[in-house]
Amino acid sequence: MSDATVDPRFRRKPPKRPLRLSWADERVRGIVWQVVVVAIIGGIIYWLWSNTVHNLEVRRIATGFGFLWREAGLPIAEHVIPYEPTDTYFRALTVGVLNTLKVAVVGIVLATILGTVVGIARLSKNFLVSKIAGFYVEVIRDLPLLLQLLFWYTVMQGLPGPRQAFHPAEGLYFSNRGFRFPALEWEGAHTAALAACVVGTVLTWLYARVARAKQMADGQPRKIWPAAIALILGLPIFVWLALGAPWTIDWPALRGFNFRGGMAVSPEYAALLIGLVTYTAGFIAEVVRAGILSVNQGQWEAAQALGLRHGSVLRLIVLPQALRVIIPPMTSNYLNLTKNSSLAVAIGYQDIVSIANTTLNQTGQAIEGIAIIMLVYLTISLSISLFMNWYNAKIALVER
Amino acid sequence: MSDITANTPIHGSSAPRDAPMATTGPIAWLRANLFSGWLSTAVTLLLGYLIVRAVVGIVDWAFINAIWSVPLSPTGVAQTQVCRDLQGAGACWAVVTEKHRFMLFGTYPYEQHWRPAIVCLLFIGLYIVSAMRRFWNWTLVPIWIVTLTAIGILMWGGVLGLPYVPQERWGGLPITLILATFGLAFAFPLSILVALGRRSSLPAIKVLCVVYVELIRGVPLISLLFMASVMFPLFLPEGMNIDKLLRAQIAIILFAGAYLAEVVRGGLQALPKGQYEAADAMGLSYWQKTGLIILPQALRLVIPPLVNTFIGFFKDTSLVLIIGIFDLLTAGKTAIVEPAWQGFGVEVYVFVGLIYLCFCFAMSKYSQGLEAELNRHRRR
Amino acid sequence: MTQVSRPSFLRLLGAALVASVAALPAMAQQAPTLDAIRARGTLVCGVNTGLAGFAQPDSQGVWRGFDVDYCRAVAVALFNDASKVRYVPTTAQNRFTALQSGEVDMLSRNTTWTLSRDTSLGFDFPAISFFDGQGFMVKASLGVRTARELDGATICVQPGTTTEQNLTDWARANRVNFTPVVIERLEELVGAFVGGRCDAFTTDVSGLAATRAAQARPADYTILPDVISKEPLGPLVRHGDQRMTDLVRWVHFGLIASEELGITAANVRQMAANDTRPEVQRMLGRNGDLGQMLGVDNAWLVNVIAAIGNYGEIFERNLTPIGIQRGPNALWTTPGGLQYAPPFR
Repeated sequence: MSDATVDPRFRRKPPKRPLRLSWADERVRGIVWQVVVVAIIGGIIYWLWSNTVHNLEVRRIATGFGFLWREAGLPIAEHVIPYEPTDTYFRALTVGVLNTLKVAVVGIVLATILGTVVGIARLSKNFLVSKIAGFYVEVIRDLPLLLQLLFWYTVMQGLPGPRQAFHPAEGLYFSNRGFRFPALEWEGAHTAALAACVVGTVLTWLYARVARAKQMADGQPRKIWPAAIALILGLPIFVWLALGAPWTIDWPALRGFNFRGGMAVSPEYAALLIGLVTYTAGFIAEVVRAGILSVNQGQWEAAQALGLRHGSVLRLIVLPQALRVIIPPMTSNYLNLTKNSSLAVAIGYQDIVSIANTTLNQTGQAIEGIAIIMLVYLTISLSISLFMNWYNAKIALVER
Repeated sequence: MSDITANTPIHGSSAPRDAPMATTGPIAWLRANLFSGWLSTAVTLLLGYLIVRAVVGIVDWAFINAIWSVPLSPTGVAQTQVCRDLQGAGACWAVVTEKHRFMLFGTYPYEQHWRPAIVCLLFIGLYIVSAMRRFWNWTLVPIWIVTLTAIGILMWGGVLGLPYVPQERWGGLPITLILATFGLAFAFPLSILVALGRRSSLPAIKVLCVVYVELIRGVPLISLLFMASVMFPLFLPEGMNIDKLLRAQIAIILFAGAYLAEVVRGGLQALPKGQYEAADAMGLSYWQKTGLIILPQALRLVIPPLVNTFIGFFKDTSLVLIIGIFDLLTAGKTAIVEPAWQGFGVEVYVFVGLIYLCFCFAMSKYSQGLEAELNRHRRR
Repeated sequence: MTQVSRPSFLRLLGAALVASVAALPAMAQQAPTLDAIRARGTLVCGVNTGLAGFAQPDSQGVWRGFDVDYCRAVAVALFNDASKVRYVPTTAQNRFTALQSGEVDMLSRNTTWTLSRDTSLGFDFPAISFFDGQGFMVKASLGVRTARELDGATICVQPGTTTEQNLTDWARANRVNFTPVVIERLEELVGAFVGGRCDAFTTDVSGLAATRAAQARPADYTILPDVISKEPLGPLVRHGDQRMTDLVRWVHFGLIASEELGITAANVRQMAANDTRPEVQRMLGRNGDLGQMLGVDNAWLVNVIAAIGNYGEIFERNLTPIGIQRGPNALWTTPGGLQYAPPFR
């Protein structure tokens, strides 16, 4: 699109015609139209706004975000950051946002994996596998998500109580109070090991790039996996050993009413996550299938002619091409999953909607409460959109 | 052929060989599709076992051990003890037998239930007519207007000797159908305007449309419904009220409008540029060009995604549960509030789920068929 | 829509704008509630979306329950017709907006009378139709005797209500740690408790009793003796509409006084004709003009009792079958009873 490629004859701007004040002039019509539409919309907004201000005054409803710094007094079961009912509404809402992100991020990862598996299964040569995958996709997509969430929550409640918890292995408990796993007691050495793991991953990636460049130059394939193991696994283990190898496991145990210790996944979170993942995976499966089908049959045949196995064809030839078709609809599915996580309010997972809802109920400030919900989701949606657009641009076909 | 004899073993003649494997017929089909390798065979056997187990379990629960009706006590309270004694071994369909009319029609006057029943049939008829390609032209507009008016008359009454029924008493399946269909009927024209506006060369209009679409698509439907439920009344002048159902309907229209606008925009973008240029060359005005050349082609292109979006709205209307409107799902949940029937949620969910499934499955099969038909030229 | 030609489309938009602006001054003047109800011919009553015993549609879609009967009683006093009520189901969130905006005329939806609701939300609470308190229910197998033993327990509670705030206040005062399970809709919450998701379930004692009675084996559940809050429940109306407030208040007192004087749905007509007690004669409109002072027909209470029954009958019809005892809602003449009506004079 640079100027150099444009025919010089077109570079001259068309002569500017003087604006005639007549309805027949297209530009005048355009300006009039815009003024009219903006005036109408502005008028409606002003009217609604003045009504609202009047109503708030008459009904003596407080306005402003001052309530954010008042004591919330609402109990929250799951929190990523420390929280007490004596904390402020602001902190309570922050906990809600983090809870939303917790379910959205994990949900997106799991839904992508499950959806891809199901999408590929639908194209399987095995009749039963492809039919079951097709049945799953059809049924899951035809039932309202809310109904599915209610169903999963009912299933969670059907699990045995904590004293009869299903106990498949030491430290693992499945009950209607949720799932309990043993957890590692976190110390400085673990943080250091984690940092080393990140560093190792980055180094591996750099090494892979160099190796690929060399392969391009001399045609010799180089093994990456020994270096990868050394860097990603070996380095953290070395750091951890060097720092004294702390290793304390926090085992969950039944004390009083409930399990204490270890790591816990609440039934509300589990139900919401299962519901969102299975539902979204149904849609992602269709996206993946359409993406794979969009790759020209000739690509398959050419790859098979080169002697590649089925899996390799899929991994090396088909999926990279399908990805270009897959990414844009995938983005909207990720956005949908995030927005659908707001249904948590129906099954008692305390996400941002649930907490903002309670807040607006306690303070009576509906406008502020809903504004907060919308702002949070807009921010999350825009972030996901921006990231996926960047990724999409990165993998887009570079045309000559 | 002569060198074959040279390779022939010395002793005896060659063993009789089996006939080549059949490549047609049921056995061959089984071999190709179920047992093509050891992995495939293992997967087939495992899945087959699981399917048989699941089917047997479901049949046991839903049919063999199920209870279909329970007696009423003299005071009119259902005797559900028989059902409770099953302890989950079988379904208690009695709750559906007893409550199906409430779930389907909500608090609509009992003796007038034939009206919402006809309304549901009218809706189904409307969907079927809209699905026929023969009607894909402007005749669809009067058909929709007439049917929706008839539906309004039936539901409200107050004319033709039908008693008036206020909106608060509407409920169940008609609410679900009304919210989805009226949502589509009003959102569709809105979405066309917005999609055209988004592609408009007038900056102010373009910005307005972009802001509207991105704003609505960025937030969950729940937040819009909350807005309709608790914020709309603050927007209106004192003393002026809009019914709760109408408020939810407005929220759904605004929501659907944004999503449909993107679908329509996709259709507009898919049209070759030549169509626009040819229309301009003919000297057509903007509205002539849009109405006569662009939209008829663009809308035809987007019918399959349109149906998919509609399925989405159909399911999404269930969210009005959260603001207390008696749609199908809410009515189902309210049916089990009565102490006698508490605890039979699964049966009710299955019943409600089957209704959603029927509608959505039919629509999605239709949209898939349509897509295949429209894409036939691309198949090789 | 796209076929609309330009001028008419413009005109349409212009007309809509003018109409909406013109509507502004016309709507700003709000008619008093009673006149509006009379003009409309129906009472619009906000009720719960479904709470056993208090407000719930039956299999035929007819609303029934204790709160619903209060709506019906007010409608009978106004129109002598219990069917002239429109019920608007409201959730915990939108109930106050519905009343403030005039979407409903009165709210009869187990709402606790608190100072802030009475003053800053702009409502009036004409009467306390039901004295309640917040309590706890646990499974009997748990072996818990008092609420203080619930340290470390998981507790099911409805969010955004006074119940939730009472619970945190109480837990802080008594140094009890608990994990909340908060679900908006009561059916799900009860389902979670019965399914064993929570060790304890907290709500108004009446709600606990109703939930317990609805279970297959009520004996498996224990309601703890602790009552951690006062929950005076009653209908509410908009502030600043005194005649509506008076009417709702005296309908309630009429129901109480009728029970006290032995007036029932069965004998009210006969008592109106024959009873010689002066107060009964005044109440039932044979003497004086108490009804006119309220702005309704003089025979209002006869109609109300004949159609709905007295307080005791309403209670027995709706709440006794689901296992709620009279308790503090007995008449003041019974020990422990709090229901009391000022004199009809």
